[in-house]
Amino acid sequence: MLIRQAPEIRYSEVTPKNAYLNRRRFLAAIATIGGGLTASARAATPFGAIVKSPLSTAETPTPYADVTSYNNYYEFGTSKEQPARYAKTLKTSPWTVSIEGAVAKPRKLDLDAVLKMAPMEERIYRHRCVEGWSIVVPWIGFSLNALIKQVEPTAKAKFVAFESLYDTQQMPMGRYAGIALPYVEGLRMDEAMHPLAMLCFGLYGEVLPNQNGAPIRLVVPWKYGFKSIKSIVKIRFADKMPPSTWNLSSAREYGFYSNVNPTVDHPRWSQATERRLGEFRKRPTLLFNGYGDQVASLYAGMDLRKNY
Amino acid sequence: MKRWIKAPVFVLCLSPIFLLGWRALHNGLGANPIEFITHFTGDWTLRFLVIVLAITPLRKILRWPDLIRFRRMAGLFAFFYGCLHFLTYIWLDKFFDLSETWKDVIKRPFITAGFLAFVSMAPLAITSTAGWIRRLGGARWQMLHRLVYLSAIAGVVHYYWLVKSDVRWPLAYASAVGVLLVYRILMSRGLLGKLNSVGINRPARTSPDLYGRSGRPPVPDPLAPGRGGQRR
Repeated sequence: MLIRQAPEIRYSEVTPKNAYLNRRRFLAAIATIGGGLTASARAATPFGAIVKSPLSTAETPTPYADVTSYNNYYEFGTSKEQPARYAKTLKTSPWTVSIEGAVAKPRKLDLDAVLKMAPMEERIYRHRCVEGWSIVVPWIGFSLNALIKQVEPTAKAKFVAFESLYDTQQMPMGRYAGIALPYVEGLRMDEAMHPLAMLCFGLYGEVLPNQNGAPIRLVVPWKYGFKSIKSIVKIRFADKMPPSTWNLSSAREYGFYSNVNPTVDHPRWSQATERRLGEFRKRPTLLFNGYGDQVASLYAGMDLRKNY
Repeated sequence: MKRWIKAPVFVLCLSPIFLLGWRALHNGLGANPIEFITHFTGDWTLRFLVIVLAITPLRKILRWPDLIRFRRMAGLFAFFYGCLHFLTYIWLDKFFDLSETWKDVIKRPFITAGFLAFVSMAPLAITSTAGWIRRLGGARWQMLHRLVYLSAIAGVVHYYWLVKSDVRWPLAYASAVGVLLVYRILMSRGLLGKLNSVGINRPARTSPDLYGRSGRPPVPDPLAPGRGGQRR
């Protein structure tokens, strides 16, 4: 007998609970934010079974519509709305990630090969932007250390450097970014090996929308969002601290570490509080974005004021 | 120019508020509505500062002296949008925590600049009435109202310092304000003689509208020559 199973309802087809709850709260204060999330046809995901991760926060995720329409992705424009509009030109397939530097097995990996490196997990993480806003996102991916272990870094590898795609054909807005491109970022080896550091391929059960850094991005939830580099094409293992884009742009404002820290202000604004999208009042920012129990030991003995 | 023309211009100046309201009612403020409102009101403050600074040059270049009738309105609208911008900040960002606000103003240069731009508009708004022009006298009134230059410069600096890396818009406002200020410098040195001779600097009975409806003529024209008001 054929038993038909009802297809799973996708997140994007449902207005999340917090969407209407938060919105009502906001409504009372300012005006109305209504609007349904439009269910759009998306390609089937290449993820297979997705395991719910114990690393997830219990906080309610920010609505899909907000997560995918409010982005910093300067290659596609410097305003928050532009990436959603202009990132359509990004070609995410074929996609290769080049593994270079101090590794036993340097190679170019097809995206498909990367996707198969570990079982996919859904991890609901807090995400705090250096600009003072935050979101909660159900990311899809796995720990970065799964990839690192398979490419076998040598003893010389003390840091991992990442590089984003920069193709002026696909990213004509990049010329107005005001920052040096391609975008580069880096982590210390122990940070990169930390289970919370995540290679990410999707959100809300679906493939990453282009504006969120498709097809492969980093998510480092205890650091400011700009550390979580998007659309990665190169991963290089190095013995020296690699350059990072915002640090090159303004070293006194953006350090290499850039751990979320309410007591170390950005020179131009306070980091003590943040606005969670959808909320009216600002909320206090937590040290290491609330992941201190897991990651504080990485920085034992370090002066977090100096190593901002 | 007809008297009634002021009403539609007034409504036009208010139209950004209608637009904002419409967007608020139609889910058009994006994922971060408070940020949207902050930027929106700040943008319009700067735009009205540019407009108010453009009026004097335009009346000469377009040989349209009656434009002066809109200068006070434009200035007051700059202050109006500035008030909304400041209110958004002190309410939705600081939740009326005055000590936090003051700390911000002192500690953060971009907020210092914005605050300076806003505060320097206040005396101009207060003394924008016919009564105050009379009380201060044209020359002194005009001296005081040169504060608008400070306000515009500080406003542009505020915007420039706020932006992270893409400075195209701040630079656009800086250029506009720069051109309008250079025009005044050249004017005061008599380097733009041709434009200056359009003949609209006469003490004229330009329009009673500028000074309210009192009908009393002895109101000194702030643009009239004499007593150091206008150097030529």
